[in-house]
Amino acid sequence: MSSNDSIQKTLIVAFSLCIVCSVIVSTAAVLLKPTQEINKTLDRKRNILAAAGMLQEGVGVEEQFAQVSTRVVDLRTGTFSDAVDPEEFDQRKAAKDPAESMALSAAQDQAKISRRENYALVYLVEDGQGDIDKIILPIHGYGLWSTLYGFIALESDGNTVAGLGFYEHGETPGLGGEVDNPRWKAVWPGKEVYRDDEVAIGLIKGAVDPSNASAAWQIDGLAGATLTARGVTNLVQFWLGENGFEPFLNNLKSGEV
Amino acid sequence: MESVKETLTGPIFKNNPIALQILGICSALAVTSSLQVTLVMCVALTVVTAFSGMFVSVIRNHIPGSIRIIVQMVIIASLVIVVDQFLKAYAYAISKQLSVFVGLIITNCIVMGRAEAFAMKNPPLASFIDGIGNGLGYSVVLIVVAVIRELFGAGKLMGFEILPLVTDGGWYNPNGLLLLPPSAFFLIGLFIWALRSFHKEQEEAPDFKMAKHTPVREGV
Repeated sequence: MSSNDSIQKTLIVAFSLCIVCSVIVSTAAVLLKPTQEINKTLDRKRNILAAAGMLQEGVGVEEQFAQVSTRVVDLRTGTFSDAVDPEEFDQRKAAKDPAESMALSAAQDQAKISRRENYALVYLVEDGQGDIDKIILPIHGYGLWSTLYGFIALESDGNTVAGLGFYEHGETPGLGGEVDNPRWKAVWPGKEVYRDDEVAIGLIKGAVDPSNASAAWQIDGLAGATLTARGVTNLVQFWLGENGFEPFLNNLKSGEV
Repeated sequence: MESVKETLTGPIFKNNPIALQILGICSALAVTSSLQVTLVMCVALTVVTAFSGMFVSVIRNHIPGSIRIIVQMVIIASLVIVVDQFLKAYAYAISKQLSVFVGLIITNCIVMGRAEAFAMKNPPLASFIDGIGNGLGYSVVLIVVAVIRELFGAGKLMGFEILPLVTDGGWYNPNGLLLLPPSAFFLIGLFIWALRSFHKEQEEAPDFKMAKHTPVREGV
């Protein structure tokens, strides 16, 4: 055993072990990379479809995504842009990069995200005739503990909600985590966003009274999760407001994109 | 050397790595809120413990004492990366939920402990079986905790509804605490209590006894 502790032997063992291990690790990484990439894209597409309430079980995700086209929107002007490649563009990274985002003042920063990216990816769902059927917009903002990331889908009028969902958040399970509850998400479709050109949609405390005149702009609150509910209201209002997608939606309505 | 059966089944109840040695608690708290994720974590840890034990044992007669911990770590870390890559390729959704905890198997005391305490002194096959046994011991505790947490915290098992929740129009009002990490502490504590009531020899002698009060003495 003592010969094991000579400097020569120590170096040989350390060196050959490193070689063997690095070969194994890099082989696994390289061989599995293509499968992992496919998984990542599928996962992203699935999130988009699920958030829009369009995900059907039993049908291939790629197949369902075929009718969706990905476009880049310049949030400063509210028009389509070709400045970045939608395949390569990492929106989350851009939101943190000072060169690709805009600092928000305290008054603007309703969703508590401090910076807003200049470009955003939007997903347009087309019907058979090539007209826009639904618009899926990425949204994010701060809840109680975490930043919630999700999508909101609007009907082609740019005002009626078609669906909403979050694919990543760290809210309290059972309370704020109820944003994932399908029954709560089912409240969103059919609600309206704008009232006299102001964003009016928001969560209220308790359940919505259908006879209320404002019921079309109101969403049931989340019991025991006041702060998460407030966060959801804020982030939806921010992203559909003047610093979010409102200019783009207006341009889309008037056909000026 | 212990018999094969003893090596395999000993760690499950008699010498359980979590309940007796109190190792590997961190991941036991973090991944047990859903049974499906827990099962994947258990398989991953068992595979890593078994194979790292085997590989360490294969080269145990050539490992220089001065760098033996580093050698063990390199082997364990490589295996964990390979397992992580496999999960990302074939079980993407679950690997996303496990996030950093697969990577943290590297620092799991059970894996390291078995490599140092068993594999360095025993032949490869015995070390492999020992790794499986300890992986099973870890799995038993995690599965018990996960079943209780998911069933009573979310009313589901493996994602299937067992107890219909009030929020979904059922009758069961879930215990939200069970979905938070601290609940795993309570459950593991209760598990250890139950286990030590059966295996009395696992009870530890008190570390110290309270001394009697001594009369105050003046100026020593």
